[in-house]
Amino acid sequence: MKKLALSNLNSLYNAINDKMKLYLPIENNGAVNFGEYSDGANVNLNKMTIKSAKDAFFPQCEDLSNFKKEGKHIIVEQGELVSENFVIFGVRACDVRAFHILDTVFLEGYLDTFYEARRKHGIVISLSCNKPEESCFCSNFGIDPAEPKGDVESYITDGYMYFNPVTQKGAEFMAQFDSLFENSDDKAVKELQVKIGDIVGKLPLSNLPLNEFGGDKLDALFNRPEWQGLSESCIGCGTCTYVCPTCQCYDVKDYKTNTGVKRFRCWDSCMRKDFTMMAHGTNRPSHLQRFRQRFMHKLVYHPANHNGEFSCVGCGRCVAKCPVSMNIVKVMKTLGGNK
Amino acid sequence: MSEIIKDELVPHVAKVISVRTDTNDVKTFGVVGIDGGIMFDHRPGQCAMVSIPGVGEAMFSITSSPTNNQFKEFSIKRCGILTEAIHQLEVGDEITVRGPYGKPFPVDDAFAKKNLLFIAGGIGIAPLRSVINYVRANRDNYGHVDVLYGARSSGDLVDYEEMTKEWANDKDFNVYVTIDRPEDSWGGHVGFVPAYLKELAFDNNRTAVICGPPIMIKFVLQGLIEMGFDKTQVYTTLELKMKCGIGKCGRCNIGSKFVCKDGPVFRCDEIDELPNEY
Repeated sequence: MKKLALSNLNSLYNAINDKMKLYLPIENNGAVNFGEYSDGANVNLNKMTIKSAKDAFFPQCEDLSNFKKEGKHIIVEQGELVSENFVIFGVRACDVRAFHILDTVFLEGYLDTFYEARRKHGIVISLSCNKPEESCFCSNFGIDPAEPKGDVESYITDGYMYFNPVTQKGAEFMAQFDSLFENSDDKAVKELQVKIGDIVGKLPLSNLPLNEFGGDKLDALFNRPEWQGLSESCIGCGTCTYVCPTCQCYDVKDYKTNTGVKRFRCWDSCMRKDFTMMAHGTNRPSHLQRFRQRFMHKLVYHPANHNGEFSCVGCGRCVAKCPVSMNIVKVMKTLGGNK
Repeated sequence: MSEIIKDELVPHVAKVISVRTDTNDVKTFGVVGIDGGIMFDHRPGQCAMVSIPGVGEAMFSITSSPTNNQFKEFSIKRCGILTEAIHQLEVGDEITVRGPYGKPFPVDDAFAKKNLLFIAGGIGIAPLRSVINYVRANRDNYGHVDVLYGARSSGDLVDYEEMTKEWANDKDFNVYVTIDRPEDSWGGHVGFVPAYLKELAFDNNRTAVICGPPIMIKFVLQGLIEMGFDKTQVYTTLELKMKCGIGKCGRCNIGSKFVCKDGPVFRCDEIDELPNEY
């Protein structure tokens, strides 16, 4: 284990930034989100970011291809793949798990080369959650906020930031900055982990009725009358989808440029009215159906296809950000009978 | 520097080599790759993403049989923004195509040695034509074949020439055509497909393949069950909104299935296990 005094963190950021792009939580007007580091950036590692870290590998918008027309001929070019290493720093345990869930979507079956290139070149420096919030429920999914994984795990305690490589990629990354670190034992980190464990045990949402959900629960859940009341409070704004680290639905659109056509993809929400709209209509015309789709996908359909793994990591962002306080926890408690 | 690997979402350029006007709103396009070849091998029932860059991209079934090794055909009904633009295409125009996608009909296993009953309505003939011509090209591998095809009017029948002049002349092959309402110049059968199916009273010693508007599929399936068919003997194809075609964008997800990759072909007992959202 290595450590670095918190007062020297800027020197680490600058050293990384000299070699490769560095993304980390930056505070702007009180809002903390992952952003690209530049000298003097207002880094804030203490607050949960509003949006998840998924942009690092699955950006909100990205170009897939360019089309040019030469006479009658169409020339197709593939959008650029990321080809240089970058660091995403300060990722919480929930978001790290979410990367693995996105891996099962984008790397299994047909390979998504855009995602793969980012995954290959991205180095994940995780950070433990010293004070899990009341909206957090990651422990339900077997995630330990005191052991955040990634390529390098980090911890802040005692005026120091501690670093522990998890993967080969992480070890190679740390070796590049070895001169900045001091060697350390893991005593302070172990103490911190015990403290975090105590907080997690007392969180109000740490005991959700997960057994009522899973890949084999379609018939038990799909026609439940409770969907009516649950969906009625949802205003369909899509905030939950956009802050969610595992929501993976996307749209593909073309736009005309001065020289041709660009085709890009961008995040989309299965709760949107036009999501399944075709020329002859939509197969989910009601708000209830669209609301149900999002939760059934996370709690039933995804597990059915991925060895029982839920596509929720309990980060609590939807709990914190929904303007009408409707969220997956309420859905689970209502349908799971633990009100 | 961009790498050479082409992502599955990045399409290939293709060229229109023929345009056939079938009806007021259906045209059939012959398409080859830019090198003049068939672009890719496919199996009957599979689809491809066809695009006019700047307008859009959508999934269409490949109506030609895999035994056509010179070009692919797409029968496309004009019903939205992209299909409207596709209908403006002329011979020599370029488009993009990627695929093939989806699970095909089990033509070499579950269908082998069986009597086959194809039931289609309107543009629903498009995916079935691929199977039918595959069966005709491998005639010894199948039993008796019946095709029941219906459309709103005689002007809405797709592939009418081919089915009446070629298919109907094959050995052990019957073609039954119907239109919804009487017309002065029409000497054939008049009535909806499900009603005609009952009149024809097929025995259940055959495998049925249905494609058409959802309401037709519903009543045909009901009719087949009444005629003693088991749902495991009946196949159909589903159609939902698709953007990626490879099971990731989420649009065609119903239950734990993605119609683009787990379908579009489903056996009717498999559909029973899906939520009723198609």
